[in-house]
Amino acid sequence: MLWIKNGIVIDPKNKIDGEKMDIFIKDGKIVDESEVNKDECRVIDANNKLVVAGGVEMHAHIAGSKINVGRTMRPEEMRIVRHTANKLRASIGRVLLTSPAIGYEYAKIGYTTAVEAASPPIGSPHTHEELDAIPIVDKAMLPVFGNWHFVFKYVAEKDREKLKAFIAWAIERTKGYGVKVVNPGGVEAWMYGGNVKNLEDEVPNWGVTPKEIITELVKSNEELDLPHSVHLHCNNLGNPGNYQTTIETMKLVSGLANEKRQTLHVTHVQFNAYAGSSWRDVASGAEEIAKVVNSMDNITIDMGQAIFGHATAMTGDAPFQFTLHKLTGSRWVNKDSEIEGGAGIVPIAYLPKNPVHALQWAIGLELGLLVDSDKVVLTTDYPNGGPFTEYPYVMAMLMSRKMREKELERVSPYVQKATSLPAIEVEKTLYDVIQMTRSLPARVMGMENKGHLGIGADADVAIYSINPDDVDPAAQYELINSEFRKPVYTIKGGEIVVKDGAVVAESWGRTFWVDARKKVSLDSIDEDLNSFFNSYYTIQRKNYGIQEEWLRNPVRVEVN
Amino acid sequence: MDAVCTFCGNVCDDVEFDVNTQKGKRFCALGLAKFREKERIKSPMVDGKEVSYEEAIEKAAEILVSSKKPLLYGWASTVNEAIRYGVILTEKVRGVYDQCASVCHAPGTLAVIEEGIPGGSLGAIKNRADVVIFWGSNPLEAHPRHPTRYSVMAKGFLIKDRKDRKVIVVDVRKTKSAKMADKFVQIKPGYDYAIISALRALVKGEDIEANEVGGVPKEELAELADIMKNAKYGVILYGLGVTQSRGRDRNIENAVKLIQLLNRYARWIIWPMRGHYNVVGAGEVPAWEVGYQYAIDFSRGYPRFSPAEFSAVEMLLRKDCDAMLVVSSDPAAHFPRRAVEHMKNIPVIQIDPFPNMTTLLSNVIIPSAVAGIEAEGWAYRMDGIPVRVKKLVDSPYWSDEKILKEMLRIVEEKLEG
Repeated sequence: MLWIKNGIVIDPKNKIDGEKMDIFIKDGKIVDESEVNKDECRVIDANNKLVVAGGVEMHAHIAGSKINVGRTMRPEEMRIVRHTANKLRASIGRVLLTSPAIGYEYAKIGYTTAVEAASPPIGSPHTHEELDAIPIVDKAMLPVFGNWHFVFKYVAEKDREKLKAFIAWAIERTKGYGVKVVNPGGVEAWMYGGNVKNLEDEVPNWGVTPKEIITELVKSNEELDLPHSVHLHCNNLGNPGNYQTTIETMKLVSGLANEKRQTLHVTHVQFNAYAGSSWRDVASGAEEIAKVVNSMDNITIDMGQAIFGHATAMTGDAPFQFTLHKLTGSRWVNKDSEIEGGAGIVPIAYLPKNPVHALQWAIGLELGLLVDSDKVVLTTDYPNGGPFTEYPYVMAMLMSRKMREKELERVSPYVQKATSLPAIEVEKTLYDVIQMTRSLPARVMGMENKGHLGIGADADVAIYSINPDDVDPAAQYELINSEFRKPVYTIKGGEIVVKDGAVVAESWGRTFWVDARKKVSLDSIDEDLNSFFNSYYTIQRKNYGIQEEWLRNPVRVEVN
Repeated sequence: MDAVCTFCGNVCDDVEFDVNTQKGKRFCALGLAKFREKERIKSPMVDGKEVSYEEAIEKAAEILVSSKKPLLYGWASTVNEAIRYGVILTEKVRGVYDQCASVCHAPGTLAVIEEGIPGGSLGAIKNRADVVIFWGSNPLEAHPRHPTRYSVMAKGFLIKDRKDRKVIVVDVRKTKSAKMADKFVQIKPGYDYAIISALRALVKGEDIEANEVGGVPKEELAELADIMKNAKYGVILYGLGVTQSRGRDRNIENAVKLIQLLNRYARWIIWPMRGHYNVVGAGEVPAWEVGYQYAIDFSRGYPRFSPAEFSAVEMLLRKDCDAMLVVSSDPAAHFPRRAVEHMKNIPVIQIDPFPNMTTLLSNVIIPSAVAGIEAEGWAYRMDGIPVRVKKLVDSPYWSDEKILKEMLRIVEEKLEG
């Protein structure tokens, strides 16, 4: 039992903004004062300190074949020693971290939940093996659907019942959490050396369009009432002018509503917010996107903030990765995956003086500043935009115009004419950034017990040496940037795992997966599954996927 | 009973095996031989004396803890769960982790570090590849079911018939696989790099001055370049003929550059034909746990990667390890003699279901259950696709996973105590 005494709590979900209060923890949950025997509680003195829920990472590439090939390809990434083996595991990595390092580093910035954002379905056992090797944080993963032949088939046949049954089957088999879509149709076109550019382009051999794929997947997802909405990586990523595709895509869901959450989450929008017609006249389309997002009540986004320094592009968007390889001349990994899609990996470093990189950095911030705080989640699309360990930097930047002005001095002047960042006066509050890193991502993911400190919530808590009553983040941005990097305590499931910025204990989190099988008739797709597995797969249907008991610490979330 | 074969990198998951009658279905001869009963190590042994599992593991832990720099080697023929304990064990005892790839496919890993790897899964080949090139690989004899299941005769989404696919074998001698090909290109040993360079020039549309390269006439090279450029979806499946001949990692690096270039004209991928059933896992598991695939030294308490320094043969030749744990491998039969000489001078612990040359010089011998028959777990096929290998029968033997988990527990106790 824990008693966090006199902390200053910010808990946006419960509309608490800087209230001095006590938090009680029992059996891994936040409980009412009456539930604990105070004499038996370990007391944490949080006087004058900020007390918030543990951070929720809703989009990062932390497990599976992509990041692991990245590690293999980039030994230069692994030469930063973060922790030497003693009681805890050795952990290394500059931006690409080992699995133990990922768990430790999240905990070290006060994060306690992390979602792997793209897993090739047939590779999902690998993804889970790596998730199981990440200590401390709770986890989930999203299998990728947008280029899976089953999806093309049911969309082409306009058979939503079967599509729904297929989604339920696939999520159960992969022990996934929701429906991820990456460049729908584009990765299939890549198998023929192409891509799709527009929502109306046809997918080779299938006669379906990205528009139809997205619309049908969103409608199926909503009818199944999954905890998370469709999680979309838009078409046309990384190309000048793509902000229009992004806006068109967002408008596909107008008219749909879900009172619990958004009906579409558009991810790492920074990479999809470029105006202009080529790399010569590329500019920011963030303002236009922000207007659309703010005007719709069923869309959320995350930033995909670029961080100056090393990163590694890794995505299921295989054709884009080939483009990036050609553009940069850098190393290139590609993986075409059965009839499910593909992926690519390319190392990259964002340089402040490079006009395009500076633009990307500025666009991420524009999105974070211009979109309402209940609609934009803070992410770097780790490791695409950069390391998640730099979240405190992004939080500080969002809160301080002064800090932004200072940073603008060191970046390419191209930003001045191609973005509105220098003119943006918005300064987010502590409440806003806690929302963007805690309550909002939990809501976006449909994780009810995460991201807040109400009774019944998971006892994931971060305590920082920041006094909200005293601090002026706009002026004291250095303090914000440094203190969010070293929580006084990170508490995961009621256990103290970080003290004064150092990991002190290794706990093992849970893996959430969604079971929607009761809502569909799996029999309806049985013949199709057999036929596809017999004809096109190299794995027997009976051997496809994962049993729950093979996971380290699974939690089944049933959808009724 | 439905089984998953644990012999080669194909990890065929469509086989059946009856433990009672010792009969199998759909196996190749190599796989069936692995599954059929054969001589086993009967009991755990310490210095030639039969002991219990507990005693043998205790002794092994003692050796590992008291050595200055133990080498923990093998891993390619066991499941990921066991490998993971092995990696953590190596970290705990501050030893060196190395695996079989360091003497076979590791040059491919070095090439990945230089250029990446534009690849695809076996299902991508089955469904789409209209040109398949086996380069320095001999699937009919090393991966017998590869041609039917994945690459030559396999039918899929775009490939409806063997006629839809052109199969080319590039090798120094006319192998069995060469006989099933549409085209066999015989090259002089050690000329892979030069030939790949010539192909890169020809694909780019440049002329080459020589009339022949590596024993292949210019016209034939031009024809090959033409076939490659006009493929819809091509694949190079390379083997040890490329990784272990003159040039090694540079050969593959050059081949990857050829694939990068070809993708400007057509879709092409390249992939290694990995040998043991889970040699991929033996690299993937340490990559996520500690950042590298092989030749990993923990003597400073954190992992360092240096193939020329920390690969098993180098360690043994330099006499740089004072104890060795060998898991599911037989270095005594395959390493250079001088390396094996050092094995004779240091305590060696072996974990393996079957006796082999290494057994003869091991001080502690711990017999294990055969994964795929007596134990289950994850293995990664040659293309990295995970397949769960099955347990068909109960056995008195402990699994590698159980042995290593227990060994790790005792080592931790000893280190703390």
